[in-house]
Amino acid sequence: MAEKFDAIVVGAGPAGNAAAYTLAKAGLNILQLERGETPGTKNVQGAILYADALERMIPDFRDDAPLERHIIEQRMWILDDRSFIGTNYRSDDFNSERPNRYTILRAPFDKWFSSKVKAVGGLVICETTVTELIKEGNKVIGVRTDRLGDDIYADVVILADGVNSLLATKSGFHKEIEAQNVALAVKEIHFMPQEVVESRFNIKGDEGVVIEIAGTVTHGMVGTAFLYTNKESITLGIGCMVSDFKNGNITPYAMLEELKAHPAIAPLLEGGEMKEYAAHLIPEGGYKAVPQLFGEGWMLVGDSAGLVNAVHREGSNLAMTSGRLAAETVITLKAAGLPCSAANLTRYKAAMDESFVMKDLRKYRELPGILHNNPHFFSVYPELLNRAAHTMLIVDGEDKHSKEKAIRKSFVQRRSLWGLMGDAYRMWRATR
Amino acid sequence: MIKIEEKLFQNRYRVDEGRPHIQIVNPTVCADDCKVQACTIVCPAACYTPTEAGGVVVNTDGCLECGTCRIICSEFHNVDWAYPRGGHGILFKFG
Repeated sequence: MAEKFDAIVVGAGPAGNAAAYTLAKAGLNILQLERGETPGTKNVQGAILYADALERMIPDFRDDAPLERHIIEQRMWILDDRSFIGTNYRSDDFNSERPNRYTILRAPFDKWFSSKVKAVGGLVICETTVTELIKEGNKVIGVRTDRLGDDIYADVVILADGVNSLLATKSGFHKEIEAQNVALAVKEIHFMPQEVVESRFNIKGDEGVVIEIAGTVTHGMVGTAFLYTNKESITLGIGCMVSDFKNGNITPYAMLEELKAHPAIAPLLEGGEMKEYAAHLIPEGGYKAVPQLFGEGWMLVGDSAGLVNAVHREGSNLAMTSGRLAAETVITLKAAGLPCSAANLTRYKAAMDESFVMKDLRKYRELPGILHNNPHFFSVYPELLNRAAHTMLIVDGEDKHSKEKAIRKSFVQRRSLWGLMGDAYRMWRATR
Repeated sequence: MIKIEEKLFQNRYRVDEGRPHIQIVNPTVCADDCKVQACTIVCPAACYTPTEAGGVVVNTDGCLECGTCRIICSEFHNVDWAYPRGGHGILFKFG
């Protein structure tokens, strides 16, 4: 099968599917290779779908995409061992005709997205691991797989092979990802009747709630947890930087068990049946860890390029957008009869720089480093905040002025006045 | 203690018998040079087990293909990590 395609896309996650769909829809002859049994069986995400990135490619996706619930309420919880302090934002405005955010399950969702790729003429081959990029000099001209006998050639290869992009590291496009730039997340899905989910979260129909969590449950490591409502299940997970796990002595699954046993979480899961346990790496190095995005005959999209906005828990939308922009670059070059050389593929980088993807990553470029060097944000402050709330809410004959004084003192004792001011300044600088 | 086996039991796998996709390059490095053996703590599927002789053995049957072991072994680069053959390994039902 010494065939030649206009483009080969490696991987059928959000980035790869966005690229393959956009290319095939424009009439290009494309091959997409996926190592899973079907698209989605190797893919793991929380998962929240941000509609906008998908809507730009498939405006009527709501008609048949497997969506779980549209999110009408966002909770942020700061946990200590026995309590949480938090905020809620719930709005009926989220019950619009075209909701902005949905919970999804990635296996069925990716399978659906892939069916759209096939519907516009893309050739998708599963159960095939790409083992090597074929190069001519420094130019990528095709791929070699573990299944299809012959080499397969293309004008450009788009690597959407995910966070463990062995192809990119083996080919020298970027170095191995570093432990302080990547988080390990583990999660479980618990099934329960739809009415139970709805009554526990005060929702009806397709409404959904998500809870983003930080606090002592990560044992002082830089990390967060989450709980998302699906139609008839709840997904919950926890993740911390791999470099922190290396220095700690708690297993990821023990941490997940502690999260499940927390007095604020346990009642939400009660009676549920756990049906899958998953783990996944999330590239959280941000702007400074984003590698070179293109070269002679190749482009990186999605997690392969580390495109995750860890602050806002966004990734799949950055992935889809990068996949679409990479594809549009190829379409433009094809139409102009130009080769996919590094010089011409700079258009992809330019389009990325103009998009929210690189703008958002740039905005938070200092944050990964600051969190890495200031882990007390994840241990000391959650405790102090929860105790402060507790102190103010207990009515015990002590006057409120004295209570406030005690709270102030507790903060200064743990972090010192300079420490507090420094923390405030660092957070302001890192997020402005 | 949490039984990791009970979690993994819920998952669907197609194990590529006799062809593990992860191998320890040089077992003596784990035994003699690596003090922390972080893989035995951090692997979310507990694929890595310390041996009585002070080394580490790996069994990839329950592997979730996350890649953490490869990244955490940055000092010795002693983990030979590849994806399983197409169609094999973990098959997520929900993802």
